[in-house]
Amino acid sequence: MSKPIAGGSNGAAGLEVALPHPRAVGPQIRGRILENERLLAFALLSPTVLLLGMFIAYPFVMGVWLSLSSTSVGNIGEFVGAKNFVKAWNDSIFRTAFQNTFVYTFWATIFKLSLGMWLALLLNRSFRGKRIVRASMLLPFIVPTVLSTFAWRWMFDPTFSVLNWLLYKSGFIVTKLPFLSDGTYGLWCAITVNTWRGMPFFAITLLAGLQTINPDLHEAASLDGANGWQRFWNVTWPLLKPVTLVVVVFSVIQTFSDFQLIYVLTGGGPANATHLLATYAYQIGVATGLLGEGAAISLFMLPVLFVVVWLQLRYLRRLEGA
Amino acid sequence: MDRRGFLKSTGVAGILAAGRAPAFAQGTKLHLLRWVDFVPAGDQMLRQQLLPEAGKALGVEVQLETINANDLQPRITAAIQSGSGADIIMTLHNWPHLYKSACVDVTDVAEGIAKDQGGFYAQAEQAVKDGKQYLAVPFGVNGLLIAYRKSWFKEAGADTPPKTLDEYRQLGTRLKKKGHPVGQTLGHTFGDAPAWSYPMLWNFGAAERDRQGRTKLDSKETVESVKWMTAFWKDACDEGGFAWDDTNNNRAFLAGEISATLNGASIYIAAKRQQDKIKDEHGEPMWRDIDHFAIPAGPAGTWGYHIPFAHMVMKYSKNQKPAKDLLKWLGAKEQFAKWFEVMDGFSAGSTKYWERNPLWGRLDDAMKLYRTAAQASRIIGWEGAPDAKASEAYSKYIITDMYAKAAQGQAAPDAGKGATSELQKIYG
Repeated sequence: MSKPIAGGSNGAAGLEVALPHPRAVGPQIRGRILENERLLAFALLSPTVLLLGMFIAYPFVMGVWLSLSSTSVGNIGEFVGAKNFVKAWNDSIFRTAFQNTFVYTFWATIFKLSLGMWLALLLNRSFRGKRIVRASMLLPFIVPTVLSTFAWRWMFDPTFSVLNWLLYKSGFIVTKLPFLSDGTYGLWCAITVNTWRGMPFFAITLLAGLQTINPDLHEAASLDGANGWQRFWNVTWPLLKPVTLVVVVFSVIQTFSDFQLIYVLTGGGPANATHLLATYAYQIGVATGLLGEGAAISLFMLPVLFVVVWLQLRYLRRLEGA
Repeated sequence: MDRRGFLKSTGVAGILAAGRAPAFAQGTKLHLLRWVDFVPAGDQMLRQQLLPEAGKALGVEVQLETINANDLQPRITAAIQSGSGADIIMTLHNWPHLYKSACVDVTDVAEGIAKDQGGFYAQAEQAVKDGKQYLAVPFGVNGLLIAYRKSWFKEAGADTPPKTLDEYRQLGTRLKKKGHPVGQTLGHTFGDAPAWSYPMLWNFGAAERDRQGRTKLDSKETVESVKWMTAFWKDACDEGGFAWDDTNNNRAFLAGEISATLNGASIYIAAKRQQDKIKDEHGEPMWRDIDHFAIPAGPAGTWGYHIPFAHMVMKYSKNQKPAKDLLKWLGAKEQFAKWFEVMDGFSAGSTKYWERNPLWGRLDDAMKLYRTAAQASRIIGWEGAPDAKASEAYSKYIITDMYAKAAQGQAAPDAGKGATSELQKIYG
């Protein structure tokens, strides 16, 4: 209920409104909580922390625990210290997988970077159908890895390879090339497929970087008499370096821990010759059921990746500082 | 509709009268996980006839899921570790020993079937039995014999299949020169690779472990078997076989790319069922030109490895009793016979009882060797027990890789020593 009262603004009649009578302490506490920045930050961050804890910290801690235990499928196991790491290090297949992981990451990254850069420079020019070419270039990156790798597997098939058929019909070979039935060939096939798949990511990111470079700089360099290579090396490359480093960091992490591509393409064979750390860890941990040993193998990736990422980020920070 | 009519029409009246819900309505669902069968009619029989019949007879609903055989072991590991998944999972080889802590004791079911059908084949029993306890219920043995092209063998001078491994190598050499190599896998694949590599040890008198379970691989017999395989691979085989899985040799054989391969009966069955499509180079149905022979004799005998199949009931399952009932029902003569017959000899059954089945009389002569194939089999782990350690050695493909490495150029003694070292980590 309301009744007219005096004292409205500018002498106008006001209106007394009957409001529910609040408890005196309520707003004060609420206000205090809302104004407390620490509590507010905690409230806002807690869902993220919870998610990170569930999906990153827990599996990581679990993985560390497994690697230090004799856990096998269906058996909890007991603490064995570094035994699994020592066993892995003395395993010849592990050492092959370890070496393969470095070779695979190094060459795939080199190829993706150089071809991606070349593609980005080409796409940075103006030509008819530029948008269609840019969009279609992303296809290898968009198609699910398993699907595209299956297609490659068919192309490298030991018996029915279309590539062998083409090379044979063109007169380049007289016997079939052992694409997947020879370890060295197998690893290079995997590097080829990884390059094919990852190159668009490099190209599109570097292209974005290229487009942020002011054309005036190139024009000025041209007026100073710089040729194409000099313009690239002295103008484009220094400005593109930070973006390149970020892309390389991402790529190294993804390639070093790659699983799907090798699993589908070679399964780690022939005779374990193309295993990477991730596929060998899966073979031991999941297929054979030796979860402790599998976890130890996969954890070998951690310090290597940590060092690589730390070095690259440190370099990036120095670049930004300069 | 009045209240009485509604209760009648919805069946609720019956439930009220019985005092409990009917079994089916209680919602017992069983999840059965198996491989995608090489004989699709087997999966169809289960999916369309046997499992719905089981549903009615046992008051359960059975869902059949089929996956690639090479993915079964990862699925089993994931199911056991997460404590959830299929109630019943198909196994090959001696896998149940690897997963024994997660298997329900099914001794009563297995012993009932064995008693009714005259006892399991040795390898079918060893594959699933831990002491006196059955870890899984056997569900057939797949015979593996060498399928070959009769006309090509004849052209290469062999009117009958080779009797010894040396004869096979010589014949294979002639076949390869004529453009018809033998095709065999030495890759990481579940069936054909171990069924080809393990008997090579046994037929040369070698073994991966002794009776006490310790490593025994480092022997001159092993080296001899590796040398034979290396020569056979180079002289007689399609060298692409390093990257083959269990399906590649089927495809290569049916495409006329290879002249012989160790396999289950699926090549012949597929060639016959699709005779309008699968033709030889003269345009005739290929199945007429296919026959089989067992792995030829080595210096120490003529052993094969015929793969035992089984079903485990998982400990995490909330439906252990219905799951065991289903396995009992499926394993009974009347039901198993329906599945056995559509398999056309691909499965030889787990007991000798199935050797007397009228199916064998109806099958072509080329298929009849599969009837008793399972008798001449040893099992992974021989001459020790086919326990969890033997299963681990199999899962790591140590024996297969030993041959593969030698065939790729490593010296035979070095390949033997490398494999011995790997086995010692498992067996001691």
